[in-house]
Amino acid sequence: MLNRVSTYFYQRPGLVLALLLGPPMVYMLVVYLGSLFALLVNSFYYLEEFTGLIVREFTLQTYAQIFNPANREIFFRTATMAGVVTLVDALIAFPLAYYIAKFASPKFKTWLLIAVTIPLWSSYLVRVYAWKLILAKEGILSWFINLFQLDGLLQWLLSFESIGGSSLALSPVGMFIVFVYIWLPYMIIPIQTSLERVPGSLLEASSDLGAKPLQTFRNVILPLAFPGVVAGSIFTFSLTLGDFIIPLVLGNSKYFIGQAVYSYQGTGGNIPLAAAMTMWPVAIMIVYLLTARKLGAFDAL
Amino acid sequence: MPSKAESHKKAPLGLTIAALGTLLFLHVPMWIIFLYTFTPEEQTFTFPLPGFTAKWYGAAIQRDDLWRALTLSLQVAAIATIAALILGTLAAAAVYRSKFFGREAVSFLLVLPIALPGIVTGIALRAAIGGLEIPFSFWTIVIGHATFCVVVVYNNVLARFRRMQGSQIEASMDLGANSFQTFRYVVLPNIATALLAGGMLAFALSFDEVIVTTFTAGQQTTLPIWIFSQLTRPRERPVTNVVATFVILITFLPILFAQRISAQSSDTEGETK
Repeated sequence: MLNRVSTYFYQRPGLVLALLLGPPMVYMLVVYLGSLFALLVNSFYYLEEFTGLIVREFTLQTYAQIFNPANREIFFRTATMAGVVTLVDALIAFPLAYYIAKFASPKFKTWLLIAVTIPLWSSYLVRVYAWKLILAKEGILSWFINLFQLDGLLQWLLSFESIGGSSLALSPVGMFIVFVYIWLPYMIIPIQTSLERVPGSLLEASSDLGAKPLQTFRNVILPLAFPGVVAGSIFTFSLTLGDFIIPLVLGNSKYFIGQAVYSYQGTGGNIPLAAAMTMWPVAIMIVYLLTARKLGAFDAL
Repeated sequence: MPSKAESHKKAPLGLTIAALGTLLFLHVPMWIIFLYTFTPEEQTFTFPLPGFTAKWYGAAIQRDDLWRALTLSLQVAAIATIAALILGTLAAAAVYRSKFFGREAVSFLLVLPIALPGIVTGIALRAAIGGLEIPFSFWTIVIGHATFCVVVVYNNVLARFRRMQGSQIEASMDLGANSFQTFRYVVLPNIATALLAGGMLAFALSFDEVIVTTFTAGQQTTLPIWIFSQLTRPRERPVTNVVATFVILITFLPILFAQRISAQSSDTEGETK
């Protein structure tokens, strides 16, 4: 009996393919793409201010709202944060990635890669929480700052209106530190992968031809590692753009995109506006991914 | 020919220090939570700790809300992982064994839930749930989690299929085994560790998820949502420290294990979330 069934399927590869592909595709198409479609449709509805009910009629007025000054400001604030976080992550990630790719012995390399991957997979929320402890006014970082008598510097930094706040735990500077920390592994791994592919002979050739280490770095290593940096930046940029936990936990009343979406749909009950607002990160990420592909970043993933 | 060890030159001191500094930056914050589980101070995060106590471990065990959240999270992660194992393996098998129109699109569709910011997936599911007037339940959480867990299993299993020799399957069939026997005795043993690694990562991903869950859980509290509520409206702060330490450990072990499995079979799979 089983043999007959087996033969039946063997003679019909198309049917087997349909049976294999059917369940996952139906699931993804119905649940995921269906939801994305619902999101898109919702962004063309609007919330009747007076009754607080969602009016299911086609309108562009919700999209008009995402371009109002307050929302534009939210957008620029978030994009700036994502850009700076990406830049700083690339700078911090590079030395470690370079060390892993070019200097660590094979056995040590395995351990280093595990050490980088563990934070990537371990609880995101707990890692954010750790910084709540560290950055608290009476916390460990303040204690060290006090120890080195850098209080003046901290106060000066926090006094800026755009980046400061009452303490590190409630300021854009604090958020910036946490964003850099949380997404750092996403930057290290692609850079390390792309550096791994730079043959050692190329570096030797460069130095044999009389280049100083710095020249080799600038003219040989950096151009070859660049696709890795771009690949990492896809993650750091996209994740910063859409995050709402970190701004909620460490931010002040100056909203970020994710936080705005969260509060529009939650307290406001305004799903159309929340839906339209998410089109900001989606649009930016599409442009970003297309540019990244041109720069060859996908080979480094 | 120089040995492998010799070909690795000694790193410049500055680079070594920078690399070490980055590693510490990645790991020290998690140790600090552990330190704070012993603080006697309930209202603030005073450093150095004003004393030492282990009473919060006992307090955490007695909190019912905590146990309920943990149970819900474990149940959700278990079901979402099972769904991801089935759907991910089916998709990987289809993509591996046949060339068909739109094969690239399958990978793209599966990776989309983790490529787009979590808030997009979350609010999309929220819009769909609202639009269809489905009440929030255990299953709305599971369905949301499964969408982004599938890709982890898919990547792991597909990578294993690609390294497996197709001739093994042919040999099995030639020797008279039917498709079911071939699957049971040839394919399954080959992909078993990939399933284990993918399943564990999917479990860790679901157990820890908060962004999508916020939009699909309604009034239910998973463990990450419990932690999130403690972050914004704390009650007995040190208990949160105990829970955080527990979560680090419970996710740390499967990840380490999955990494070892992957390293043993010289995979690079599962290194990007």
